[in-house]
Amino acid sequence: MEQAIFYILAAVTVIGTILAITEKHPVHAILFLVTSLFSMAVIFYLLMAPLVAAFEVILYAGAIMVLFLFVIMMLDLGHPEKGMSPGWKEWLPAVLLSGISIGSLALVIVSRHAVSSAPAVMPTIRELAVSLFREHGLAVELISLQLLFALVGALYLGRQK
Amino acid sequence: MTASSLDIALFSAKLGVVFFVILTLAAYLVFAERKILAWIQDRKGPNRVGPFGLLQPLADLIKLLTKEDFVPASADKWLFYLAPAMAAIPAILIFAVIPFGATLTIFGRPLPLVVTDLNVGLLFFLALSSIAVYGVALGGWASNSKYALLGGIRGLAQMISYELSMGLSLVPVVMLARSFSLTDIVAAQASVPFVVYQPLAFIIFLVSITAECKRIPFDLPEAEGELVAGFHAEYSGMRFGLFFVGEYINIIVLGGLAATFFLGGWHGPLLPPVVWFSVKTLAFAFFFIWMRGTLPRLRYDQLMHLGWKLLTPLALINILVTGWWLALNR
Repeated sequence: MEQAIFYILAAVTVIGTILAITEKHPVHAILFLVTSLFSMAVIFYLLMAPLVAAFEVILYAGAIMVLFLFVIMMLDLGHPEKGMSPGWKEWLPAVLLSGISIGSLALVIVSRHAVSSAPAVMPTIRELAVSLFREHGLAVELISLQLLFALVGALYLGRQK
Repeated sequence: MTASSLDIALFSAKLGVVFFVILTLAAYLVFAERKILAWIQDRKGPNRVGPFGLLQPLADLIKLLTKEDFVPASADKWLFYLAPAMAAIPAILIFAVIPFGATLTIFGRPLPLVVTDLNVGLLFFLALSSIAVYGVALGGWASNSKYALLGGIRGLAQMISYELSMGLSLVPVVMLARSFSLTDIVAAQASVPFVVYQPLAFIIFLVSITAECKRIPFDLPEAEGELVAGFHAEYSGMRFGLFFVGEYINIIVLGGLAATFFLGGWHGPLLPPVVWFSVKTLAFAFFFIWMRGTLPRLRYDQLMHLGWKLLTPLALINILVTGWWLALNR
């Protein structure tokens, strides 16, 4: 049952992402991306990470994509169909980099031995919070500082002269 | 866990009852709104169809279903078709995590009166309410009309602004209940409802949910005077009806959530729990209608200033004070 749901969701995620890249109309592309993020959230839930699933929807599908949509609706982007298709100078670095990451992923999968892990238990939010803020407290603080820098930078760039 | 056929039957019956009650209640809320507004404005309101006009929602439904389903020539057809569903479905899905009564025992089996008790129930609500934005924004955009587009953009900006203060006003509730599960939040209010400890968070939440369901005084996305009907100006028939019913389902669900987070959910003396929950939820619905009959609409800049410069900072200070208070009273 869970496996069937996983394969359906995985197919939706992959197809949604491919359509998001190939679709030329920005609003449609955003919708495909939202679909793929949404099914990814359900996959996270199946992997017993309900908190990650919720944040995936709240932050990525609900906030960031909505802001993208807002910007596209505010700026009239004209005729996306007439855009130039990228030449080899644009796509070669992308193919090289993604080739490296896909290759290393394949290596990891091939070299991994089947480990009979203990049945997974759904961790409570409290356990997650304790491990996040006790063991990785410094990293969390550093990331939040980085976000603050980005915020101050945006304010500086957008200030009225 | 093996689910017997009795369990499945009980669960399906529960789902059916929940769907039926919410949809009927939404239809009759439209009727109640028209009656109460008429009462506030010293009119009679709908009184022709059936005794006291009680069959009016049914007549409205037949009218909406038999109307022409019109799509503007230059509209984005598929998004135009999908947008009303995207607005209505998240609203009804949120009800899945609201506990509406104490656990019953039927045929010797416990039947919890909540569709599903997620341990991240509160985040589930926030996630779905952030998805509900798409229906409004895309409905306005796909219509390919200037009024609808302006309404859609306004709706988008308003809903993402007030989502922030809504989410922040719920943080103290989680701090007090020490859980994201709505069942646990209700259980934590068995003796004292959270509104006693968190009056400020309650007010911020109430203002934010009014903005979230786009009701007067925050109905700028559909301001009739300037935008015809805003994001759903180009919709007709049952597609318009879905937007409309979605708004009233939203009122019921958000009223139920306000009752769950701050007024102790189904807890109450004497009366059975389900009755208490309904009374609290409908009281919020009445409050929304009452506001519509009383308050004027805000200007757009006033709306943004209220959200970003008043409610959000207040909610943040409230979280800080609650944290200190909890640390000192440990």
